[in-house]
Amino acid sequence: MAYVIAAPCVADYSCVEVCPVDCISPGPDDGQFEDAEQMFIDPDRCIDCGLCYEACPVLAIFSEDKLPEKWQPYAQINRQYFAQQQTGRTRR
Amino acid sequence: MNNTKLRVAVVGAGPAGLYATGELLKNGGYNVKVDLYERLPTPWGLVRAGVAPDHHDKKLITDRLFDFFIENPDVCFFGNIEVGRDVSHEELSDWYDAVIYAVGASSDTHLNVPGEELSGCWAAREFVAWYNGHPDFSGLEFDLSTERAVIVGNGNVALDVARILTMPVAELEKTDIADHALAALRDSKVNEVVLLGRRGHLQGAFHNPELEELEHLQDVDVIVEAEGLLSDSDAELADADWDTVRKVETLRRLAVRPITGASKRIVLRFLASPVALQGNGKLEQLVVVRNALERDDTGALRARPTQKQSTVDTGLVLRAIGYRGCPFPGLPFDDRRGVIENHLGRVGSENDAVPGVYVTGWIKRGPKGVIGSNKKCARDTVRCLLEDSAAGKLRAASLDANAVANILMERKPDLIQYQGWKKIDQQERLAGQSAGRPRVKLTHLDAMTECALN
Ligand SMILES: Cc1cc2nc3c(=O)[nH]c(=O)nc-3n(C[C@H](O)[C@H](O)[C@H](O)COP(=O)(O)OP(=O)(O)OC[C@H]3O[C@@H](n4cnc5c(N)ncnc54)[C@H](O)[C@@H]3O)c2cc1C
Ligand SMILES: NC(=O)c1ccc[n+]([C@@H]2O[C@H](COP(=O)([O-])OP(=O)(O)OC[C@H]3O[C@@H](n4cnc5c(N)ncnc54)[C@H](OP(=O)(O)O)[C@@H]3O)[C@@H](O)[C@H]2O)c1
Ligand code: SF4
Ligand code: SF4
Repeated sequence: MAYVIAAPCVADYSCVEVCPVDCISPGPDDGQFEDAEQMFIDPDRCIDCGLCYEACPVLAIFSEDKLPEKWQPYAQINRQYFAQQQTGRTRR
Repeated sequence: MNNTKLRVAVVGAGPAGLYATGELLKNGGYNVKVDLYERLPTPWGLVRAGVAPDHHDKKLITDRLFDFFIENPDVCFFGNIEVGRDVSHEELSDWYDAVIYAVGASSDTHLNVPGEELSGCWAAREFVAWYNGHPDFSGLEFDLSTERAVIVGNGNVALDVARILTMPVAELEKTDIADHALAALRDSKVNEVVLLGRRGHLQGAFHNPELEELEHLQDVDVIVEAEGLLSDSDAELADADWDTVRKVETLRRLAVRPITGASKRIVLRFLASPVALQGNGKLEQLVVVRNALERDDTGALRARPTQKQSTVDTGLVLRAIGYRGCPFPGLPFDDRRGVIENHLGRVGSENDAVPGVYVTGWIKRGPKGVIGSNKKCARDTVRCLLEDSAAGKLRAASLDANAVANILMERKPDLIQYQGWKKIDQQERLAGQSAGRPRVKLTHLDAMTECALN
């Protein structure tokens, strides 16, 4: 189980600032930040501590098992974000 | 360290001004005092007057973050006071150690095509401010008796407007949309909204969550008119980034969805630009040209008009092709970008900065980016300010906090401070409670000032 960032995210990286294992991307100093639609959590590295959930000012973060119905696809979307980064297919 | 605090005026209480305030509090070592100036009686900028009423979650940021900044004892909110009119830039730079402008983009880009002045053609910016109850726009009257509306542009603003025009009124009734807009939308005859994207479906300016939202609208059919969409070869998409592939997948799902004969429809048209607006005294038709894509010298894809033209019957055109910053009296302006001229947030040019004057937000970077983009932007500006302060580059404030507050109260008897804004906030929430809405907004200056000052 991991935490997942869903559609309401306004990309203010409050979650990035509190995550103890640095598994949320992009951060403010990453090249991709300027054009980022939202931040994403790497499910393989998330240790389920819930700190990001507390910090998010718009309640965009959910434990995967509590994702509201309409945002179910975001578990996969968060995962895919990291998968595509590993294959090097990042934004131009 | 001496015990006089660094006194900073922040002008504009939108996201950029608030994040700047937050960064000053966080990084100023308990040694900063901020006066936050706002021309409206209410704070939050476009979070109150821009973010769509059906996006309530995003507005939680005001309660869960911004409110902590303005209620901080080292921050003073001065609302209903316009810098440049009620107080001058010269006064602020004299009264404070430093001034940060975070005034946003208060104008918009024009189409520059014949007929744009016809009644029925508006900026999406005006429509948005109207439905969100911005007091400067509450008196506008939009003629919604036309069956088809056309939105030029397909960014997130265009999608917001398309949703508001097509959502069931029963859904809008649960939001904080302005009452006058609710009344007008109840009587609206608009049943089709056409979005014109000047480039192709691989270049849509909308974000993924906003596009995906179209799949979940109630009683709205979405029609995607994009040639080649379903036959895009893998080779074409292989070149595209992940965000774009996700958008194309959504467009494909929408394109193959059966049409249900819903009450309203949204049409996403690509490679199309307006070339003229026509009508007898008011807008009746839009002439649209079909575009082809070509690469410019920099390699970027841009739209080139072809010979192929068609007309669309419509009485309402909303241009959603971008906001634009306005020049600020006394400060240098970069007219090409529509921003106050700055280098990394220091006003002026790289080698000739105006001491102690800074910018952040849309008036620094131009009208792009989501709420959080302004946090990094404000962080960077505040870093420059604190660096300059440490290097002794700031001219000391001529007045202390009390002296400034006294001048303002004398000059502006209807100045609205934090307690006044809280009264407006409480009244709006209370009115909302009985109606099952987050709030019912006060939309006229008189009503706001009366509520705040009584
Ligand atoms: C229609 C619309 C919808 C949006 N929706 C979203 C969304 O859902 N999610 C998201 O993340 N982002 C959204 N955005 C983007 C986001 O709103 C902006 O990134 C952000 O508001 C820019 O912040 P700002 O502080 O620079 O400007 P603004 O928010 O415009 O704030 C500027 C403030 O300065 C005040 N001001 C101006 N002139 C003066 C003066 N002379 N003296 C005193 N005060 C002054 C204004 O009244 C205003 O309060 C939206 C933008 C628009 C246009
Ligand atoms: N829900 C949200 O998160 C939300 C909501 C609203 C706004 N915002 C943010 O606020 C910012 C501003 O949004 P926006 O929608 O105003 O701007 P935008 O995203 O820059 O979109 C502008 C649109 O206008 C088109 N355009 C520009 N000039 C044109 C012209 N002369 N003729 C025809 N079309 C033209 C652009 O096409 P080209 O691509 O070809 O230039 C694009 O489709 C964005 O960063 C946006 O993400 C976010
Ligand atoms: S739950 Fe903890 S580990 Fe997982 S993303 Fe949030 S802050 Fe990081
Ligand atoms: S804290 Fe919330 S809004 Fe901010 S970046 Fe993280 S998920 Fe997005």
